[in-house]
Amino acid sequence: MDAGILTQQLLNGLTIGAMYALIALGYTMVYGIIELINFAHGDVFMVGSFVTLWLLSTIGVQNTVNDPVALVGLLILMFAFSMVVMGLVGVLIERFAYRPLRRAPRLAPLITAIGVSFILQNIIQVLYGTAYFNVPQVIDPLAGFSFKLPSFAIGGFAVTSSLVTVTWVHVFIVVLAVAMMVALQVFVRRTNLGRAMRSTAIDREAAQLMGVDINTTIALTFFIGSALAGAAGVAWTLNYGLTKFDNGFQAGLKSFTAAVLGGIGNTTGAAIGGFLIAFIEVFSSQLGYSRWSEAIVFTILILVLVFKPTGILGQQVAERA
Amino acid sequence: MTAAARASWARFRGGHFFGRHQSFSVVVGMAIVTAILPFIVLAPPFSGFGTQTDFVDGFSQAGVWVLLAIGLNVVVGLAGLLDLGYAAFFAIGAYTYAYGASPYSGNHVAFWVMLLVGAAVAAMAGLLLGAPTLRLRGDYLAIVTLGFGEIVPVVFTNSDQYTNGTNGITALYQPSLINLSLPIPNLSGILPNLGLFQGSYGFGNPWPYYISVAAIISVVMILAYRLQDSRLGRAWMAIREDELAAASMGINTVTTKLLAFAIGASTSGLAGVYLSSKLSIVSPTQFGFTVSFTVLAMVVLGGMGNIWGVAAGAFVVYEIQSQGLKQLNVFVGQYFPNGLPIFGHVDFLTYQYLLYGLALVGMMLLRPEGLFPSRRRRQELHDVEDADAANVELVEA
Amino acid sequence: MSEQGTAAPAVPGTVAATVSSDGQAAVLRAVHLTKAFGGLVAVKEVDFEVKAGSITSLIGPNGAGKTTLFNVVAGLSEPTDGHIEFLGRRVVARPERAWLEPILWILPAALVWLLAYLVGTANPPVNVIEILVLLGLGLLIATLITAVIRPGWYNRLLVRLGIFKSARPNDMVQAGIGRTFQNIRLFANMTAIENVLVGMHGQLKSSPLDAVLRTPKQKREELDSVAEARRLLRYVGLRREDELARNLPYGDQRRLEIARALATRPKLLLLDEPTAGMNPAETDQMMKLFSRIRRELSLPILLIEHDMRVVMGISDTITVLDHGEKISEGTPAEVRADARVIEAYLGKGAI
Repeated sequence: MDAGILTQQLLNGLTIGAMYALIALGYTMVYGIIELINFAHGDVFMVGSFVTLWLLSTIGVQNTVNDPVALVGLLILMFAFSMVVMGLVGVLIERFAYRPLRRAPRLAPLITAIGVSFILQNIIQVLYGTAYFNVPQVIDPLAGFSFKLPSFAIGGFAVTSSLVTVTWVHVFIVVLAVAMMVALQVFVRRTNLGRAMRSTAIDREAAQLMGVDINTTIALTFFIGSALAGAAGVAWTLNYGLTKFDNGFQAGLKSFTAAVLGGIGNTTGAAIGGFLIAFIEVFSSQLGYSRWSEAIVFTILILVLVFKPTGILGQQVAERA
Repeated sequence: MTAAARASWARFRGGHFFGRHQSFSVVVGMAIVTAILPFIVLAPPFSGFGTQTDFVDGFSQAGVWVLLAIGLNVVVGLAGLLDLGYAAFFAIGAYTYAYGASPYSGNHVAFWVMLLVGAAVAAMAGLLLGAPTLRLRGDYLAIVTLGFGEIVPVVFTNSDQYTNGTNGITALYQPSLINLSLPIPNLSGILPNLGLFQGSYGFGNPWPYYISVAAIISVVMILAYRLQDSRLGRAWMAIREDELAAASMGINTVTTKLLAFAIGASTSGLAGVYLSSKLSIVSPTQFGFTVSFTVLAMVVLGGMGNIWGVAAGAFVVYEIQSQGLKQLNVFVGQYFPNGLPIFGHVDFLTYQYLLYGLALVGMMLLRPEGLFPSRRRRQELHDVEDADAANVELVEA
Repeated sequence: MSEQGTAAPAVPGTVAATVSSDGQAAVLRAVHLTKAFGGLVAVKEVDFEVKAGSITSLIGPNGAGKTTLFNVVAGLSEPTDGHIEFLGRRVVARPERAWLEPILWILPAALVWLLAYLVGTANPPVNVIEILVLLGLGLLIATLITAVIRPGWYNRLLVRLGIFKSARPNDMVQAGIGRTFQNIRLFANMTAIENVLVGMHGQLKSSPLDAVLRTPKQKREELDSVAEARRLLRYVGLRREDELARNLPYGDQRRLEIARALATRPKLLLLDEPTAGMNPAETDQMMKLFSRIRRELSLPILLIEHDMRVVMGISDTITVLDHGEKISEGTPAEVRADARVIEAYLGKGAI
């Protein structure tokens, strides 16, 4: 057994999980407030990565930025830009595709959600084509540090340790994602707007009677959820330096699974689910089943739905009779 | 049964559905459509787009989509379940035929038998997927089926030992009907190029496929109508309307939904068998999620719940996709050799999914009953005027 | 097809006939029924019964637990403790080991697959493994198909294995309990007669195969059911049978709900605030209808109602709930005189 590889994979899982968690938050927030699976959410994430690509090519960044001050400034610009643009896209989607159907049968908004997903993908496909696109990795993807865990043996069982590499990109992504999740929790729990969101999620009509502006609150939820997906899009380009027009589908499916696994409607659950799914994915590749990782994730989704449909942290929701 | 019962039955049928002779009208309708289509394409402007044989080949391909749409309509339109992994059952049907009739497996079971086998296998797959998930809320079903639709091609790709992986299985046997060398007079002199009577199934000759798919569609349509008008069809509609109330009327919602799911899947499997026999090849890439979404777009456009409507929707969408956009390219290329003003050179084919997306959103917002709505659905979705009319009637009474 | 023979997942070994305290046969009996939502106890150890041919009302101030109790009786939610007997059979009880059910589906297949794996490690011809894998899959499918087409057998098997699922609403209908809804839940986009036909679902026996082949049996059944549905509509006083339910006037929608519930051929009718939102004239008509139903169909009724005029006017027995507990029970006159009831409704000091 190699403790080094194990640790390395854990770290990789942490990075991927951070991105899944950011996307899963959007699914879970939207589901929590209007009980809609926002199929377009994965594509919002994908568009976020292309927005970053556009930004970098417009300001002429083609390579790693080594000057720390310039790098920090650029990162702030990238995240702010992608998050604001995607947040607005999310609000627009809600305004034009979902809001008019709030009283329609449940099937209707699900179908428009799929339509929006088509539209977003096709716009990117028309603008950028179907090939993988290289996005400049502004943080040097190789920079970092490495360490070695001690090798030891328990009885006859030897544990070796190869070198574990931690790159700054990974550290940055995980720290950023965790910071955003904490900020979100604080926002939802401590501010008036956050309270409005929670009350709308629990009982829309009662919230309305208490003076909560439902339309604004739902729009805000979409803004935050989509902005987080935009942030995940930037993180994706930092980590992989690649993006493609149908990236959002896979990532969206996995993140949704994460949201269900954690308990849909529960923001903490979404984060936990994101990390769990990523670990499962990383370790199944490590064991040589990378081709099956999607099948494994999907099987887990079904098993969760069969045995514990409320997820790890979800509450039992009684159907309104 | 009493005479009164007979009379009330007649009124009931006449008032609500297509009429009493459903099967008859399907057969006649399909026969007329099948007979007319090959001649329409001989007239301009269609004659300029391709040969009659090309068109008939395209029509037999369109038939696959019509079948898929009729099947998905049972799931989405009647029972109100969103199935986004419909292509998975299509793939399962196609691979079943590949096992049943190809040199790869060494079996050669007759096509017509394999149609039933493919449908049955797909129905079982539907059962396996539906049983654990259909007891959950509807939106979970959407995501589970989406995942299933994504996984099935992956499984077919990765199990190279059994499926020949990405290369797929080739040289599937093409069907053979009872030998068509019946003493039918050679009509090709009178009727333009009606190759049907001259050959058997093959790549150069789409006619037998065209006729067979029309026959298969007719049968499937009749079955769909009969199910829709039965106790089971009413249960589906009740579940679509209000699942809890349906359960409180004694409907076992899980088994009823499962039946809708399995029946929809079996139609998809049937279409898969037909398609693989026509193309003589199966490979995992044919069954991506775009197939599922395209069929959904067809059903929504055609008008959910209306069997003729979704069939027409599927046909129109397929023809626009395969012929319309291409011809639009040619047309624009002719008149604007330097590209459209403002837009420049536009390849309309790449906009296909944008159009689907806009169509889905637009239809849901503006015309949720579809392009070819059933009478019932139109009534449902535009109830304001009806309600007013009803009140007037009440006052008068 | 399918749903037939879905006996409610009965817990075996119950008394044959339930005899109430004063000797009259009870149709429905709730025994120590408790329902808690998390820490909140909505219904606490309530005992009550509905006697044959009687109208029993359940009243109490808002939040007393009436609707919760009603939902348990209708199979919408499972009790935390206690049970319900209907016609001497235990139809609702707390579910036990329900999580075992999916394992039961997979277990036979899993065993065969395990065998296949073990055989696989021993290097046998590939065929054997393939056959075993397919056999496992076949077993899995067979189990599921059995559950779908023979729910009766399947449920008995579950009970024998000690798995008690919570009763679903359709199980209760099958057992003979029909219901209406407080906030009308008709199938809005189906016609009046179709609504009633859906109610008759459980009585119709033709399978999907019959429907596909349009067998004489299926045709006859459809004919008869349409005639029967029409008769039921007339019985509750509805004539516009081809109108979409959503376009019917409010009072007619209430009537249609009752016709639809009657179509399930209930042995007990549950009515959830059937006169809510009606004017006094309409209410009177409804009361007449209920009395007629009891008289002509000798159908016992369990009623939740806020309108005291209705409750006092037609009930034989009234059960009063407050804060989830039964505080009084008796004839309208007895209940009206009960100090605890007055206190519950008007507050302490009103006496």
